[in-house]
Amino acid sequence: MTDKPKSFSESSSESSAESFEELGPVLEKYGKVKGSLISILQKTQDIYGYLSLDAINYIAIKTGIKPAKIYGVATFYTQFRLKPIGKNLIMLCQGTACHVNGSKVIEEAVCEHLNIKDGETTEDGIFTINNVACLGCCSLAPVMMVKNSDGDETYGNLTKESAKAALDEIKERG
Amino acid sequence: MRIVVGEGSCGIATGAKKTAIEFEKQIKDRKIKNVTVSLTGCVGTCFLEPIVDVYDDDGKMTRYTKVLQAKVNDIIESHILNGKVVEDYEISEKDSTFVGKQTRIVLRNCGIINPEIIDEYLAIGGYEATKKVITSMTQEEVIEEIKVSGLRGRGGAGFPTWFKWDAARKSPETPKYMVCNADEGDPGAFMDRSVLEGDPHSLIEGMTIGAFAMGASEGIIYVRAEYPLAIHRLEIAMDQARERGFLGKNLFGSGFNFDLRIKAGAGAFVCGEETALIASLEGERGMPRLKPPFPAQKGYWQKPTNINNVETFANVTWIIMNGGKAFGAMGTKLSKGTKVFALAGKIKKGGLVEVPMGLPLKEVIYGIGDGIKNDKAFKAVQMGGPSGGCIPAELIDTPVDYENINKTGAIVGSGGMIVMDEDTCMVDMARYFLDFTRKESCGKCNYCRVGTKRMLEILERITAGDGKDGDIELLQELAYKIKEGSMCGLGQTAPNPVLTTIKYFRNEYEDHIYKKKCTARACKGLLTFTINDKCIGCTLCSKKCPVEAIEGKVKIKHVIDQDKCIKCGKCEETCKFGAIERY
Repeated sequence: MTDKPKSFSESSSESSAESFEELGPVLEKYGKVKGSLISILQKTQDIYGYLSLDAINYIAIKTGIKPAKIYGVATFYTQFRLKPIGKNLIMLCQGTACHVNGSKVIEEAVCEHLNIKDGETTEDGIFTINNVACLGCCSLAPVMMVKNSDGDETYGNLTKESAKAALDEIKERG
Repeated sequence: MRIVVGEGSCGIATGAKKTAIEFEKQIKDRKIKNVTVSLTGCVGTCFLEPIVDVYDDDGKMTRYTKVLQAKVNDIIESHILNGKVVEDYEISEKDSTFVGKQTRIVLRNCGIINPEIIDEYLAIGGYEATKKVITSMTQEEVIEEIKVSGLRGRGGAGFPTWFKWDAARKSPETPKYMVCNADEGDPGAFMDRSVLEGDPHSLIEGMTIGAFAMGASEGIIYVRAEYPLAIHRLEIAMDQARERGFLGKNLFGSGFNFDLRIKAGAGAFVCGEETALIASLEGERGMPRLKPPFPAQKGYWQKPTNINNVETFANVTWIIMNGGKAFGAMGTKLSKGTKVFALAGKIKKGGLVEVPMGLPLKEVIYGIGDGIKNDKAFKAVQMGGPSGGCIPAELIDTPVDYENINKTGAIVGSGGMIVMDEDTCMVDMARYFLDFTRKESCGKCNYCRVGTKRMLEILERITAGDGKDGDIELLQELAYKIKEGSMCGLGQTAPNPVLTTIKYFRNEYEDHIYKKKCTARACKGLLTFTINDKCIGCTLCSKKCPVEAIEGKVKIKHVIDQDKCIKCGKCEETCKFGAIERY
């Protein structure tokens, strides 16, 4: 394993405490409400784009929930990421309807076009690819959704060409 | 005049937002008066999106389909300014039968009202049912009405709704919780999303009525985080309902309090299971626990909790207003009312189809869905997602109700209906679903955690061309053990896609294993690519081949070296003359 996450003891929570200012209001709102861990993690990911070990440690200190438990929850749900993502998150739908209509071919084309695999980020930090279970636009299969700071856009009835063209267009937009 | 643009997720994906903006822009630029542009949810005819309805002042509605930006100008010039319908863009008579042949209860308001404006919902009798229940009925009367209707849970298990409500009502502890499962995790079903986006108030009403019947004052809607638009519209609807006094304290002056909040799920299929969903609501890993105690006794924070699915709640208002008897008059003896199906896959007209229970599959696929894409041969329909199974073409006359579908080995489930044609490999389908359940298994039960992985490995081997004698039997053995050895529905049903495909398409498994052939020509590992006489020797394929397996000189027919070929299909994509054959 090359990308082994550093251990909890290695990540010093003392020194990183001040860098999580944005979490203040989130923890104030949810910190003491029992059963709010998932909401806290969702907000944290909204702010930083992913859940760093430092962030997990910081939340642990502030809420009193053990870091191991937070890590357990974070790795259980597919929504949470422990690594940073690119500017645009490409969610490639692998739902049943998309599968039947050739989502694998689209995945191959997109991966080849960007030269990365599922879960990876391009070197320039513009795109991250994630295969997702179902986006619920089954009649437009195959489908992908691209998420960035402007919101999200869904692209339906994809062909290899239209998927690549859509990504090129996003890249040009900057 | 009113212009209404269908802005469900599907509509937006095909460009509905751009269409709406263009209408607004043109109306403003041309200074047209007395014409409004508004939005509505998904009408369910996804294959015709974006859909625009124009309501004339006398109430006449004209439906235009596939209205991309470019068509806006014509509609404005002709219809809006000169009162002349643009017939070329109007929905064809044939297409309008897609909705015309359905019986819409759950989807009654989807694609008709603006989900972001509560007044439109009120204008068609919204919140009358809640008022009726709270001001003039007892808890027992409400539950009796639901019992008479025969409504069963639409999330998959088909458990009688009244029974769950009654159990929660009788549970002595307080407070009680009403939970809506809007974590539509079945890949291939999207009816809940459509209701959330198109008619959120009917969900709020259904939950309020249920909460009244069981005596809950707090409700939680557990929604998939992948449905941002649904969450957005729900929030708007809840705010508006609160403003009008339909949510909050002392509803209709009765002293009954009920309020709702949204909890966004974080992506875990197993959270469709009640106890796992409750664990997730409590901020834990979504892992199921043994039942009993049932959630009706010990649920959210160990208090009585009732969980129903979105579609179930969407039926409630209709039942209260029209009576349980009217609802029970539809459907079959044991499966009452209607069911919404998400028709997708290799189908000509995909979308949401709501029909009375008991309608034959054929009627849904051919009568409403208009048959198979490109008129290919119908092979099977997958129902019930990863927990369901494939129903083969010869059983196309099966009535769609809980009992008859169960008999085939599939389940009604949440209502996903994925149509497959001759090009779909059934072994690959089984592999696809096992890959899904293997990833989604929470890991608590050994058989589910390890068993699905072992089954997937066997299926991967078979589809790669390395299947061996005894694999089918081993799959079956594992399947039955996993069913027996798993605690929750996920593991108990995970082997169904494999068992049904072995039952109906054993020959395909045997072809893969013994003849090393995939008759659907879908499993790449089993394909052979060759070049036929159409080849003119353009050399393009040989340049594109990543492993230099294609040899040949300019203007002379090329040959593929089968020993080198990795079956990537690059040559087939590149060839402009149809000279590459796969078999």
